[in-house]
Amino acid sequence: MDEPLKIALRKQGIFTTTLQELYNWGRKNSLWPLNFGLACCAIEMIATTMARYDMARFGAEVFRPSPRQADLMIVAGTVTKKMAPQVIRLYNQMPEPKYVISMGACAISGGPFKQGYNVLKGIDRYIPVDIYIPGCPPRPEALIDALMALQKKIDEQHLTGADRPRHLNLDTPSEFPVPQFGAHDLEPSQNPEIWHPPLVHISLAGKDESGNN
Amino acid sequence: MNLETIKSEIEASVSGCRLEIIPNASPSEQHSLLVDAARAVAVARFLRDAAHLRFDFCSNVTGVDWPSKEISEKIKVKKILDGVEQEVEETRKTQSLGYLEAVYHLYSVEKKHGPFVLRLRTEDRENRAHLPSLTPVWRSAEFQEREIFDLFGIHFDGHPDLRRILMWDEFEDHPMRRDYVEPNDYEYEPTAHDEVLQKAKQHQNGVGC
Amino acid sequence: MATTTYPTAHITPKPSTDGGEDQFLEVSMGPQHPSTHGVFRMNVVLDGERVVKLKPVFGYLHRNHEKIAENESYLGSMPYTDRLDYLCSITNNWAYALAVEKLAGIQVPERAEYLRVITGELTRLQNHACLIGFLMQDMGASGTPLMYAFREREKILDLFESLTGARMMCNYMRFGGCRVDASADWLQQAQKVMEAFPRFLDEYERLLTENEILMARTQGVGVLPRELAVNAGITGPMLRASGINYDIRKVDKYGIYDRFAFKVPLGEHGDVYDRYMIRVLEMRESIRILQQAMREISPGPIQDPKTKIRGFRPKAGEAYGRIESPKGELGFYLISDGSPNPYRYRVRPPSLINLTVLEEMCLGQNVADVVITLGSIDIVLGEVDR
Repeated sequence: MDEPLKIALRKQGIFTTTLQELYNWGRKNSLWPLNFGLACCAIEMIATTMARYDMARFGAEVFRPSPRQADLMIVAGTVTKKMAPQVIRLYNQMPEPKYVISMGACAISGGPFKQGYNVLKGIDRYIPVDIYIPGCPPRPEALIDALMALQKKIDEQHLTGADRPRHLNLDTPSEFPVPQFGAHDLEPSQNPEIWHPPLVHISLAGKDESGNN
Repeated sequence: MNLETIKSEIEASVSGCRLEIIPNASPSEQHSLLVDAARAVAVARFLRDAAHLRFDFCSNVTGVDWPSKEISEKIKVKKILDGVEQEVEETRKTQSLGYLEAVYHLYSVEKKHGPFVLRLRTEDRENRAHLPSLTPVWRSAEFQEREIFDLFGIHFDGHPDLRRILMWDEFEDHPMRRDYVEPNDYEYEPTAHDEVLQKAKQHQNGVGC
Repeated sequence: MATTTYPTAHITPKPSTDGGEDQFLEVSMGPQHPSTHGVFRMNVVLDGERVVKLKPVFGYLHRNHEKIAENESYLGSMPYTDRLDYLCSITNNWAYALAVEKLAGIQVPERAEYLRVITGELTRLQNHACLIGFLMQDMGASGTPLMYAFREREKILDLFESLTGARMMCNYMRFGGCRVDASADWLQQAQKVMEAFPRFLDEYERLLTENEILMARTQGVGVLPRELAVNAGITGPMLRASGINYDIRKVDKYGIYDRFAFKVPLGEHGDVYDRYMIRVLEMRESIRILQQAMREISPGPIQDPKTKIRGFRPKAGEAYGRIESPKGELGFYLISDGSPNPYRYRVRPPSLINLTVLEEMCLGQNVADVVITLGSIDIVLGEVDR
């Protein structure tokens, strides 16, 4: 049904919709985030739910302490290597459809603590991330923006076809392997099926410093 | 509160104790007292219990790593050069033995004075990195000594619960030591420079992304 | 000690060793738990509801602050200190600046000292208000007290934002002064916030202080005896709730704290209720300090002109500087070898050391009281694990 006809019908008091629209509308307006704070960003996440920014306006105020009841994981803060297996296990315990917001520089790439020996350089090495918000910490407005971006993403999902979301495609995995604590680092140090490092060509201008010893 | 007087008082009451004042050149003038590890617990008890000192509050406990350094000294050696005996100056390089240090900052809640800085040194950095634990004297040292054990690798004898505290139990290194090599996770460095750039290049050449 | 970690409460029944009928339960609380204030974990052994053993597990937010700082210039570590105790970035800056000033013998101009006191006490106000809110949240007063506290916190954060450019990570202090000067307009705004704060506090107290549920849940719970408090190195409101008069603002008189008239509130029982009450009273004293500081602040330079902040290289030596942060004694221990980065950089975290007595405070109590005892300690994991 084309859009002008729909509008014309609506003016006559006839409401038409598709199953896909109804389904996405319901999902996008009742996201239940996991009550899960890691570091500094968690305080801004709490501030977002409080009276001034009031995330409840977007249907996402019901923070659930249990991953079984949540469908949005806001990775708010630095993921350390000691914490990473727990984060992935929590993600695996969440039911589909589930989404991840990577909040703040640390959760994206390690941020200011990138050079730390115990800091994971981005949660997207182990689990797929839907929305990234930069900032250290991102302001509450940024988190609201991320939430709205996620809602838009959910709204545009097709229930059928090749580009249907993961939870409707039985061939794609919804759980990911949990890394083990090793003697020097996490093992494996990334999930190669999820994490594809961007191809960056590192070179010093004009000089060939290969870095080989 | 003079460090010299405290030193002589400790020497008078704790027999057979070697003490050394480590001067501090900075304007803070927080000089410290190096205590022989064998008598450290007795010295700590004295500092805590002596009526006029009463250092009952051990605020800060930390480790410091002093790796072995190369000391070069110039010596004159007699050598036969071109058939003639000549005195030639040579530099001889020796390795000083590195050590690990535990530093305790003491205050007194009762007398409201401080800080008093106590230092203990291990014999070396590897097999004999042992120190007596001062946890029986000050409870506040317990978790901080565990942290030193975790990050620096000093074994505190007599500690009630010496386990890793910050890193996981399977971890083998002591990351705060100066010769610690961090894991190679330099797959992606958007703004790499200096040392990080070198490490990122090494990673790219080694793994081939 | 089990090496596997479970994200949510995990229960393993253990047969009792003496062959009796009762069984001990081992519960792993955290690191993902709604009331552990971050990623903290406790291994609790229970006999029914009663706590038999409690072992804290740390390190889930160990982000290597000290190692990074040792490879960083002195100035470069300043923004990292913001992220230690991320509720009170300004007091962290202050402690680090103070340690460096001791290390290099730097004098701070008077106006900068006043600005430090004003921003530092505002930080204390918002920290204590939020802590009480979180404590009530843990107790089941879901929402209201925390929302009230965050409403006030937003006002103070607005002040910080207009002064320093950031809500949470202020990065405000420099060695020998402050980064930016406060305008007369800003001081007026701060005056307004400060004047309005007691009214909020009265309202808050009417809601909480004589609340029957609060009293029933907190009085006599999580008692910390005096002797243990001193020996275990407890500092801050927790120590004073146990009745020991030790406030570093009074003892060290760092900065210009000897110019202000204020009292140090002391507790009597050392229980959770006393810790709540101490924080309320400390907020009132902070307001008194703020009133005096706002009255006395006079124009002048805010930065010592002789100090070179960039490319700062102090002479070889060491220094330990400490302040009374809202959590307790926050100290920085620095060793310089004359190079542009510190040879050793150590943070003395009040949250970690105040946590060490958690087991003693919780033994023999109900498992539900563990949560509020933990809440009354006032921990921030960024500082516990660094």
